[in-house]
Amino acid sequence: MIEMQNINRVYDTGRVKVHALRDVNLHIKEGELIAIMGPSGSGKSTLMNVIGCLDTPTSGRYSLDGKAVNDLDDNDLADIRNRKIGFVFQSFNLLSYASAFENVELPLIFMGMSTAKRKQRVTEMLARVGLADRMDHKPNELSGGQQQRVAIARALANHPRIILADEPTGNLDSASGKEILQLFLDLWKAGNTIIMITHDPSISENCERIIHLKDGMIENGAV
Amino acid sequence: MFFKNLLQLFRDVRNQKLRTFLTLFGIIWGSVAIILLLTVGDGLYSVSKKAAHGMGESICIMWPGRTSVAYEGFPRGRYIRFRETDAEILRSQVSEIELISPEYSRGVQVRVGKEYYSADLSAVYPEFQQMRNVIPEAGGRFINLLDLKYRRRVVFIGDEVEKDLFGAGKGLGQNIFINSIPFKVIGVLKKKIQSSNYNGPDGGRIIIPASTYQGIFGDRYISNMVYRAFDVKLTKQMIDRVYAVLAKVHRFDPADREALAIWDSTGMDQFFDTFFGGFSVFLGIVGCMTLIVGGIGVSNIMNVVVEERTREIGIKKALGAKNRLILGQYIIETLLVTGFGGFLGFVISFGIVSLVNLLNLQDYIGVLRISPLVAFVTIVILSLIGFIAGWFPARRAANLDPVMAIRG
Repeated sequence: MIEMQNINRVYDTGRVKVHALRDVNLHIKEGELIAIMGPSGSGKSTLMNVIGCLDTPTSGRYSLDGKAVNDLDDNDLADIRNRKIGFVFQSFNLLSYASAFENVELPLIFMGMSTAKRKQRVTEMLARVGLADRMDHKPNELSGGQQQRVAIARALANHPRIILADEPTGNLDSASGKEILQLFLDLWKAGNTIIMITHDPSISENCERIIHLKDGMIENGAV
Repeated sequence: MFFKNLLQLFRDVRNQKLRTFLTLFGIIWGSVAIILLLTVGDGLYSVSKKAAHGMGESICIMWPGRTSVAYEGFPRGRYIRFRETDAEILRSQVSEIELISPEYSRGVQVRVGKEYYSADLSAVYPEFQQMRNVIPEAGGRFINLLDLKYRRRVVFIGDEVEKDLFGAGKGLGQNIFINSIPFKVIGVLKKKIQSSNYNGPDGGRIIIPASTYQGIFGDRYISNMVYRAFDVKLTKQMIDRVYAVLAKVHRFDPADREALAIWDSTGMDQFFDTFFGGFSVFLGIVGCMTLIVGGIGVSNIMNVVVEERTREIGIKKALGAKNRLILGQYIIETLLVTGFGGFLGFVISFGIVSLVNLLNLQDYIGVLRISPLVAFVTIVILSLIGFIAGWFPARRAANLDPVMAIRG
């Protein structure tokens, strides 16, 4: 489903050029559960952003679902992020002024779904992450684990092809972390493709495939 | 969600009271400035125009002149004076003339009881009333054709004259003596604003039928004529015809413009329109400048708002919000802030206008009224400024790099 050939990502800050990704080749099939590991600055987040179409590679070919992403404009990339990708962040990234329901509703609004359908979908998603009774709570009225569940419900809302999680348990205590991990495992068993960045071996040992990154290059796990 | 954004905007607004107040103040001040300046300009225009029309609308007044070129054996510098019959000649030979009246005038002594009083006397035809906007107070009338035909000794007096002779509202039906000859007061002038006049305003004038005047004083020449074309657009053509006709009667060169002294009051209307048109544009520009300063303030506050919401914008983009959605959101927010300021500006302007109208300044600036045109112009300028003020911060927000933005 994900095909990357010789992907490079260079940040040009004017004086210094930072080579975040070097000749990355990567194949990911549908239904895989993958952990991306590596020291900080090794390009994990950049790889995640490129996969998620938040960032575009400086060179190389990237095709998602058989479709080349390189030539797409901002609009099309936004569409891909909206329909095919679900992001889960380390710091949750929920809108603080909006309720759990409204946070999950957001990608559905961007997709243009009708109000009635949205209501049904959001309710379904929040129930799936076990927060059916917390729909009207604001993020600051929820625990860290609960906030991350809202974020996962939001990532799932549009039935994306891939869920990208950047250290999803990084900001959680170990008990909540375990719950979140279990949630991801359940989603994987239900057929979702999941790619997680993590430092935590107790998480990566649950994954069927681990990609190690170092200095912007894949050390192992590319295929 | 849009509603949520609004709520959030209001929260921003509450957290930044001073900044918001200053910003809104700019917009309020700007719109009040535009509205009031244009409205007062309008008021001045209508009062001045009304006052100018106190003498009459689109009329020509013609006095005797002196020839400036020799013609058919007559030397230059000859006086051309008219008789009453010239008015009839013009009426029958100049087809553009709708109304015409000769006017005799002289200063006379008026006696009421044992009181003597000096007044300006005019003697005219009934048509004079219509041309010169001479409107009688209720109960009275102007001189009519029968007065003219029977040389009746009736007099129409100005409101100032009435006040001096009898006290306001007491003149009708009284007798006055003009050069020791008794006249009955048949009408009193309804008070009017008159900014232009020739030999004195109508308020201090007494008017009798031309025929009666002739019977008493026997003047050979009239002092001037007043006439009006069927249509304002015919005025120039009418004047040319008047020259041509009178040139034949009085033997002067029809191209000699000095032979007759004609005051074409339609020129005054054009002057008013041009002058006040320019004046309004000037006032509008002054108001606009103020509003633009306010717009810069709004743009500034929106820039700060975008700055503070960078992370949120990044999140939305990661979830698939398109650039134009973000762009639209911030432009609409800016328009709302501007609109709110503009709305307050309108409310305040209405308040000020209503207050000013209570101050009895009608004679100077008229009854102020915010015209639909002024409102429309203000709204257009406000929206334009709001849009431009919103455009730049909104574009910055829309073009944020999601990866950078999401880090905050």
